[in-house]
Amino acid sequence: MEITMMMYLIPSLIMFGCGVYGFITRKNMIAILISLELMLNSVDINFTVFNRFLFPGQMEGMFFTLFAIGIAAAETALAIAIVINVFRAVNKVDIRELTKMKF
Amino acid sequence: MEFSYTVAVLIIPIVMFLFLGIVGVKLSKKTAGVLGTCAMGVTTLIAYAAALTYFFGTEQGQIVDGVRQQLEVMNITWLEFTENLVIKLGILLDPISAMMLIVITTVSLMVHIYSLGYMDGEKGFQRYYAFLSLFTFSMLGLVVATNIFQMYIFWELVGVSSYLLIGFYYTLPAAVSASKKAFIVTRFADLGFLLGILILSFYTDTFDFVTLTSNPGAAIASAGGATFMGCSVMAWALTLIFMGGAGKSAMFPLHIWLPDAMEGPTPVSALIHAATMVVAGVYLVARLFPVYCLEEGTMTIITVIGCVTALYAAAVACVQSDIKRVLAFSTISQIAFMITSLGVARPELHEGVGYMASMFHLFTHAMFKALLFLCAGAIIHAVHSNEMSKMGGLRKYMPICNIAFLIGCLAISGIWPFAGFFSKDEILVAAYANSPVWGIWLSVVAGMTAFYMFRLYYKIFWWNNPDYGHHTPHEAPMTMTFPLIFLSLVSIVAGFIPFGDLVTWNREGLTTHINWGVAGTSTVIAVGAIILATLLYRKENAVPEKMADSCRGLWTAAYKRFYMDELYQFITHKIIFACISRPIAWFDRRIIDGTFDMLANVTNSASYAVRKLQGGSIQGYVWVYLAGAALLAAIAIICII
Amino acid sequence: MIWSNVLIYFVIVPLLMLGGLALSKSVKQVRAVAVTGATALMLLAAYLVIEFLSMRAAGDVSPMLFTDSWTWFEPLNINLALGVDGISVVMIVLSAFIVFAGVFASWNINPLPKEYFMWFCLLSTGVFGFFISIDMFTMFMFYEVALIPMYLLIGVWGSGNKNYSAMKLTLMLMGGSAFLMLGLIGIYFHSAPEGGQLTMNILEIAENNAIPHEWQYYLFPMTFVGFGVLGAMFPFHTWSPDGHASAPTAVSMLHAGVLMKLGGYGCFRIAIYLMPWAAGELAWIFLLLTGISVVYGAFSACVQTDLKYINAYSSVSHCGMVLFAILMLNTTAMTGAVLQMLSHGLMTALFFALIGMIYGRTHTRDIRKMGGLMTIMPFLGVGYVIAGLASLGLPGLSGFVAEMSIFVGSFQHADMFHRVLTVMACCSIVITAVYILRVVGKLLFGAVQDAHHKELTDAEWHERLATITLIVAVAAIGCFPNFFSGIISEAAEPIMKLFA
Repeated sequence: MEITMMMYLIPSLIMFGCGVYGFITRKNMIAILISLELMLNSVDINFTVFNRFLFPGQMEGMFFTLFAIGIAAAETALAIAIVINVFRAVNKVDIRELTKMKF
Repeated sequence: MEFSYTVAVLIIPIVMFLFLGIVGVKLSKKTAGVLGTCAMGVTTLIAYAAALTYFFGTEQGQIVDGVRQQLEVMNITWLEFTENLVIKLGILLDPISAMMLIVITTVSLMVHIYSLGYMDGEKGFQRYYAFLSLFTFSMLGLVVATNIFQMYIFWELVGVSSYLLIGFYYTLPAAVSASKKAFIVTRFADLGFLLGILILSFYTDTFDFVTLTSNPGAAIASAGGATFMGCSVMAWALTLIFMGGAGKSAMFPLHIWLPDAMEGPTPVSALIHAATMVVAGVYLVARLFPVYCLEEGTMTIITVIGCVTALYAAAVACVQSDIKRVLAFSTISQIAFMITSLGVARPELHEGVGYMASMFHLFTHAMFKALLFLCAGAIIHAVHSNEMSKMGGLRKYMPICNIAFLIGCLAISGIWPFAGFFSKDEILVAAYANSPVWGIWLSVVAGMTAFYMFRLYYKIFWWNNPDYGHHTPHEAPMTMTFPLIFLSLVSIVAGFIPFGDLVTWNREGLTTHINWGVAGTSTVIAVGAIILATLLYRKENAVPEKMADSCRGLWTAAYKRFYMDELYQFITHKIIFACISRPIAWFDRRIIDGTFDMLANVTNSASYAVRKLQGGSIQGYVWVYLAGAALLAAIAIICII
Repeated sequence: MIWSNVLIYFVIVPLLMLGGLALSKSVKQVRAVAVTGATALMLLAAYLVIEFLSMRAAGDVSPMLFTDSWTWFEPLNINLALGVDGISVVMIVLSAFIVFAGVFASWNINPLPKEYFMWFCLLSTGVFGFFISIDMFTMFMFYEVALIPMYLLIGVWGSGNKNYSAMKLTLMLMGGSAFLMLGLIGIYFHSAPEGGQLTMNILEIAENNAIPHEWQYYLFPMTFVGFGVLGAMFPFHTWSPDGHASAPTAVSMLHAGVLMKLGGYGCFRIAIYLMPWAAGELAWIFLLLTGISVVYGAFSACVQTDLKYINAYSSVSHCGMVLFAILMLNTTAMTGAVLQMLSHGLMTALFFALIGMIYGRTHTRDIRKMGGLMTIMPFLGVGYVIAGLASLGLPGLSGFVAEMSIFVGSFQHADMFHRVLTVMACCSIVITAVYILRVVGKLLFGAVQDAHHKELTDAEWHERLATITLIVAVAAIGCFPNFFSGIISEAAEPIMKLFA
């Protein structure tokens, strides 16, 4: 069986859909963060896949993926730090209850 | 001009008013009073000098070809509306204004002197004298007016002086409401006056009395036959102007303020509400008489209103129990005589004797009515009440007052040789000359006058002899009795003044002779009425009460002044306040303001509705974003397909 | 050179006052600066009158004197153009008087006296700037400068339902400004004939007379309503009762005394002067509205119980009379209109000053709760009576001459429509008497209602000074009206010739 581009893209799409769904519906900040990671990773997969299949001689897609992973790690670290601080301050991670800074 | 010193009669009182008004409180009461009286004395001297020189001098061109001239002593421009419509302030000397100068200054001086005693010890004594000066100034300005707008200006000023003086005892609610009523009723009448002036000046293009009256035919013709609602505009103008006069002169149905005005101090009633201000309406009609007598319809209205008022007021006066009210209604009735006399006067009837009679009666009435009021003041001062029931038998305690009052009553009843006899006789002659209806009507009223005046006299000075307790009435002090004596003398002799030579409508001499037919009848009627009053009221008895019982309904109606006040009360409170003002105020708050508030509220709620979209929840935004993206995609797909 | 024109100082003095106030450290200094500035304005106004009269006497017949122009914004031809005619001169004098009296009436303002006086000065800047400029843009700018401080003055120093009132007043007047600005822009784009240089200068626009009739038809109502809102024209008057009731004393004075006059002045100077054709065509609509204002305001005042509401409705009636007279489009009525502006300005300022002083003592403005104040505070009582008599048109005080000029002028129109309206307007003098005497009777006469009131004191020196200043002005107009009416009619005549 020949492995086609679709075989990569479909799981990636499912992953992205899961990410979006989780991002919209989850109320726990950690879960939202995880959903965000899912979306990012699905995008990373797309990058590599397109690079591998459409532009086999080049490496830009790969580099971009590595770059994105690095950024994502930093961003996650930052986000986790905020979440932990928020948790420390108000003892909650549920975004419905975090309305103190609204308005 | 030779008469230019006349301007002092206006300047002295107004300066006195400002002086007493501003620094009066710093002066002692006595100083203020004496100062005011002295100023008035000087004014009186000047006014007498001017008037007597005008009447009896010849060297300053007062008389040309047997006609007394109208002398414009002074005329300064005060306010220019258009080229011809200019309000000027000036002094016009002619027979009636010269006569009025005498009347006003005489009565005013007497009242000034009298008040020194009467108002002694009152709070606001200085203020009282300031207002008296203001009134004198305004009234003098009114009578010497050279144009109708100047008259209107001073007309308003006398109105306000009257307001201030009626409300002199401003802590008493009755005085406050009386002053308010007087001002508003006359103000309403003045609206007519103003509209009349506007119409008159629009067509004739002048305010000037001399221009208007020297060629009245042209004034009437200037309207060019314009009509409004079937009547010529000039008739409208003159009737409206008369409305102003009727308000000031308390003609039915605008008379309601005058009886209430008796809440003011009694000398004020004597000055303003008996002798001077209330005759302003008569004076106004007399001033424009040449124009008026060309409008037959207006003259009829004037006559009818005069007659109705005369009878009405006399009927009410017969049953009142407050002595000042009786005098007030008597004043209304007597002014109605003057008005009727002008109404029936025609140049062709006995050379316009009605005009002369009206002015004559104005003069004599001012003297004897002021006398009666001042006597009433002395009586009230002595017994501390206005009610007849608290009086009786006062002739023993107050002999001077008794005699003075009797002279006043005889004068007003028209008994020879007192002043009223002569002037009333001329009025009756004029009335009979016009139509016997008016003549008989006025004769009847004259009889009623004699009756109620003597009823009043007997009730005060005879009737019974109540126990005054330790508070025995006593004769008034010299400052109060002197004016009484002076005015009594005037009331006796005033009838012999040759008015026919001095004051006539065309300012030419007029030969008067007593018409013994008319005079005899009216004397008989008057004497009959006096005898009736003597029989009924000389000694305390039950007959008057029984008579009142026999027609209780009529008696009560008359006592309640035929419910005119209730009618006005109804109109002002139930109609104007409740049906116009309140709904308008409600409409303003709820509908107009409500509309703007609603606009604001709609904007507000729309903002709140839109605000929900910006809830701050990122998940919500993503939902909307996704939904939007899906929608766009769907549209794109549909379009492509 | 800009400094050589006397008019510019009417703007500079208040601005200097503003600076002086910003630097002052204590209430004493604040008062000193305010008094100095207000006096300087009075002197300037007096100087202006003398200079103006001597120039007129010397035979200078140009429509505006002291004209000058400095470019602000070249591309749109916006200039700081100054100039005054007789009407603006008397309005400036009026403003100077009221600012002067206003300073003394707000002597003891609390809290934040410094800030209060700063806003007060800014407001004066706007008012004077409006009257001296003859450039539409500059006028509009000063107009807005005068309006905005009102919001804060009422919102911060007011009483009662002040937030609501301040908001309402500002929003309604801003709504009017929106119309006005549209109108002004429209006028600007038709200010010159095809291909000519567009201009904001009123004199040039009037000279060009290039606004097409079909445009006048829209622009006239826009500008008239825009200014009419400030002139309390029915049905846009409702900001006035609430606004005045909540405003502090001196602000009420300045607002009713001067700011409402901007409306009448603007209606005349822009709507009528620049668009005479539409004025002739459309006057009847506004005559009807203003005629209603006159009677309606008076009737509403009859049943109010709050002193300030009574006065506010009375202002609606009297200011309605101003616009009514302006729309009669003849010299006599126009003179009457300006006299009425003067008269109403002074006498309402007097009224509000006295109401403020009374309120400061009794802490109530409900006439049912007061009575017999004449015995307790005779000075204020007498002042109130004089103001009342001026308001009901007593000869010798200012109201009479103004009203009579208006009535005589209005009566020159012989058709039934104008006649009926004139008679209606005349009726207002009776209704005015009713409500004035009602309030005087209840407030000042009769028995003392509240025993606490017996301990109150009469006016202090600064209150007396404010009151006397205004009374003297009211009496001066009432006693020597020809001086004022001469200045005014001279200015009004050439403009009203357009309608003859």
